[in-house]
Amino acid sequence: MSIKVRYFASLKENVGRPEDDLESSGLATVDDVWLRANPNKALPDNILAAVNMEYVELDGVVKDGDEVAFFPPVTGG
Amino acid sequence: MTIKICSKPFDPWREIQLYQHSAKDMAGKFGATSVFIGTMRDFNEGDDVRGMTLEHYPGMTEKQLEKIVAEAIRQWSIIDALVVHRVGDVLPNDPIVLVAVWTSHRGDAFDASRFIMEALKSRAPFWKKELLKSQAERWLVKNTNGYRQLRNGE
Repeated sequence: MSIKVRYFASLKENVGRPEDDLESSGLATVDDVWLRANPNKALPDNILAAVNMEYVELDGVVKDGDEVAFFPPVTGG
Repeated sequence: MTIKICSKPFDPWREIQLYQHSAKDMAGKFGATSVFIGTMRDFNEGDDVRGMTLEHYPGMTEKQLEKIVAEAIRQWSIIDALVVHRVGDVLPNDPIVLVAVWTSHRGDAFDASRFIMEALKSRAPFWKKELLKSQAERWLVKNTNGYRQLRNGE
């Protein structure tokens, strides 16, 4: 029973790894996921979040099996 | 509609030609084609840039681009649309993005391609890291708003 966490671009360099696998029990929101994965690091202000590849706010709900992603503002095109 | 993510250089004009040629049922139906091509510059923010790496979130990229094109289809009368975007190592003068929209009339073609491009810039999960002539590397922080800022009374 787990939640996969992914990091991209400058945030991936900042946290020093591309992903985490977390035990899902006790995790209700995207914010909870960040805190569990990065207990000593505040989520930088401008970071965006997605659950299962859809944008969500930090209070977005997570459940077992979800993929949660954190990344900086996008700069494509 | 077609969304393509390319890890190798692509020729946007050839992409358009091949796409239009393969979409036989479109022949004779469209009166307007709007094309936007974004190309890598060799300068940015006052610095000489010698290359860049484009990272993306595979799966989410396609999902978001499909949503954006679907939104455009709901809003304008679109016959077909093609979006191609580069990822990986990119050099100055390489095309980065192609948006082509086929419609009956020019208004829909211009407006829909503009919408797709601006939405891509703000929502599609791509990130650019520049390699400067000085050998320094830097992540681009934010895309600018592409719509012209209107002054009061305009």
